[in-house]
Amino acid sequence: MSATIPDPIPDQPGADWRERIFAQIKRAAIRQVGYVPDAGHARLIELCRADPQIRAVPLTSEEEGIGLAAGAWLGGERAVLLMQSSGVGNCINMLSLTKACRFPLVMLVAMRGEWAEFNPWQVPMGTKAQAALELMDVLVYRAERPQEAADTVAAALAIAFNGELAAAVLLSQRLIGAKQWTR
Amino acid sequence: MDQVSPAAAGLDRRAAIAALLARRRDLLLVTGLGSTSWDAASLGDDDRNFYLWGAMGAAATVGLGLALAQPRRRVLVVTGDGEMLMGLGALATIAAMRPANLAIAVFDNGRYGETGMQESHTAAGVALAGIARACGFAEVFDIAAAEALEAFARRLHDPGGPLFARVAIAANEAPRVLPPRDGALLKRRFRRALGIEQG
Repeated sequence: MSATIPDPIPDQPGADWRERIFAQIKRAAIRQVGYVPDAGHARLIELCRADPQIRAVPLTSEEEGIGLAAGAWLGGERAVLLMQSSGVGNCINMLSLTKACRFPLVMLVAMRGEWAEFNPWQVPMGTKAQAALELMDVLVYRAERPQEAADTVAAALAIAFNGELAAAVLLSQRLIGAKQWTR
Repeated sequence: MDQVSPAAAGLDRRAAIAALLARRRDLLLVTGLGSTSWDAASLGDDDRNFYLWGAMGAAATVGLGLALAQPRRRVLVVTGDGEMLMGLGALATIAAMRPANLAIAVFDNGRYGETGMQESHTAAGVALAGIARACGFAEVFDIAAAEALEAFARRLHDPGGPLFARVAIAANEAPRVLPPRDGALLKRRFRRALGIEQG
């Protein structure tokens, strides 16, 4: 598969932003989606698991996804990883593989430990996820508002797969909504 | 389940890799950091080999992504016990996905060969074949003899999987045979060999 990713299209307002991210994943012909569940990714995981053209791969730890995405590219497929910000820390040494071989990589990171976080244990990695990724030369984009989420993902897909680069989109906790602790 | 102590007995690692790849056909190969990469290179470099020079623990998941992307090709991962132990979760992930074209072979000498032959957990009795079996691999081989290894080498080319083989390897150091270590080159030539990229 050597065709380039199409230019990002303006995001379509109206639909749910999670479904609009999924539409961009489909448009980029993503065939493998590795994930460690996060509440912020729940809808996207459902959509990927239900799609017959996508292999949704549950991972025991996020670092497995770095190898998975590299293997997919070796075999001519594109992969995307879904994880929580805490999982970024698990990936750091594995990003050596991405960087040393110039594998394309797209990580969609549901942020915790920021906007209205209840659990202070989420804060250390949540507040350092962006810096940790940038230390490993991953391009980092943030989406704060529903209307910018899908086109930010589209831009990350384009730069990563067209140029064999690593990119992450941080989906902010304000966008996702803080986890509800009472039920 | 008793396993053959890898330090006390075991196959010669270079004879073992030669047996696995004697009739390679269109097999795609991923090797782990580090001795199994030198083992594969000892048979001669090949564009269809992807050698990991780092990212310890990633060999099995690279094999998974490749196997899912190339369902009509057989994919073999050969790695060491230390490298496999660092990514044990991958065995659960592979078993959950059940890729029928993927095989994992672990050369188990109970040692970290690249760092001074320190004992690994398998030297203390941790049984990798038992772990693979418990994860749910379709077929698991615990190999300590040349005949059993040859049977596994033939099995590699038949449909069905995923397969897991733990191969007891003698704890001797073979001469280093180093493959190319430019990762971007290894990636690009692998994709060219598969016809994914031109040029």
